[in-house]
Amino acid sequence: MKLRFVLPLVAFFALVGLLWVGLSLDPRVLPSPLIGREAPSFDLPELREPDTRFTSAEMLGKPALFNVWASWCVTCRQEHPMLAELRRSGVAIYGLNYKDTRSDALRFLARFGDPYDAIGFDESGMVGIDWGVYATPETFLMDRHGMIRFKHIGMITPEIIEQKILPLYRQLEMES
Amino acid sequence: MNRILATCVLGWSFLFLPSLAAAQSGPTAPPSEPMVFETEEQDASYQKLVRELRCTVCQNQNLIESNAPLAADLRRQISVMIKDGAQTDEIVDYMVARYGDFVLFRPPKNATTYLLWYGPGALMVIGLTLLGWILWRRRSQVTATPLSIEEQQRLRRLLDDDEKGSS
Repeated sequence: MKLRFVLPLVAFFALVGLLWVGLSLDPRVLPSPLIGREAPSFDLPELREPDTRFTSAEMLGKPALFNVWASWCVTCRQEHPMLAELRRSGVAIYGLNYKDTRSDALRFLARFGDPYDAIGFDESGMVGIDWGVYATPETFLMDRHGMIRFKHIGMITPEIIEQKILPLYRQLEMES
Repeated sequence: MNRILATCVLGWSFLFLPSLAAAQSGPTAPPSEPMVFETEEQDASYQKLVRELRCTVCQNQNLIESNAPLAADLRRQISVMIKDGAQTDEIVDYMVARYGDFVLFRPPKNATTYLLWYGPGALMVIGLTLLGWILWRRRSQVTATPLSIEEQQRLRRLLDDDEKGSS
């Protein structure tokens, strides 16, 4: 086979390979720079009990899910049953109520359920900025030492639970 | 009349179609007041920063163009940091630490982005070199061989025929 025939063919397949990978990626999803780093600390009023505080230290000691949500976010409603499902599987779930009003948020929980161990009321959105939140819902999975190991932007689906969250959670439980 | 009505309804209904993206960025922000700074320098830094940083919600706009509430929050945060005396580098680091390199409209020049910055230029140089080499080789391949006597006569006959045909 002559080189001048082989070379374009090789170049073509290289291009196909690049496009195959590139076109399957979603350009709107930004990789989080927080993965592999310690979770940003915060100290917020708890949503349901405004007199108590919810600090990031509470999430230490066991692998935990941190879900950023808001009552105005339609996708969060669709995702909510999945969180209940995760709770039933034994995953500890904490929430960040992002740029919301207390009454709207409480009404949302009353209507769609409340799987959270604790919810931080981030009215200004500043804690959200620290966590790199730019679209709700966003969900983080941290290990027992507070290091962020996984972030998902958008709705949590059963596939994501089965293929990404639960396996990682089991793994994090094993880790010391 | 029905068709016009139907078109109007269809057109308006598109305005209320929910976003197709899997995640949402919240209600639109009210118009924000212009930021006031003490010194010209601070104002200049602010103006430069809000144009250099990308709004992660509307990913093709910078922070001053975007209407998203997150952009308003980030603009406010930048102005607060400037008033507290933070330098441009510090503010950029703050943003990149939270949102990643994507927030910069000008990607940083480090080991991972050399391909991005210099790749197109390098490809062009390689391509032009290759083209030049091929053309140069081809030039030396094309040599005019003189025609034999019979071929010359045939050529003359063909040309004459052609002239007679076209005149």
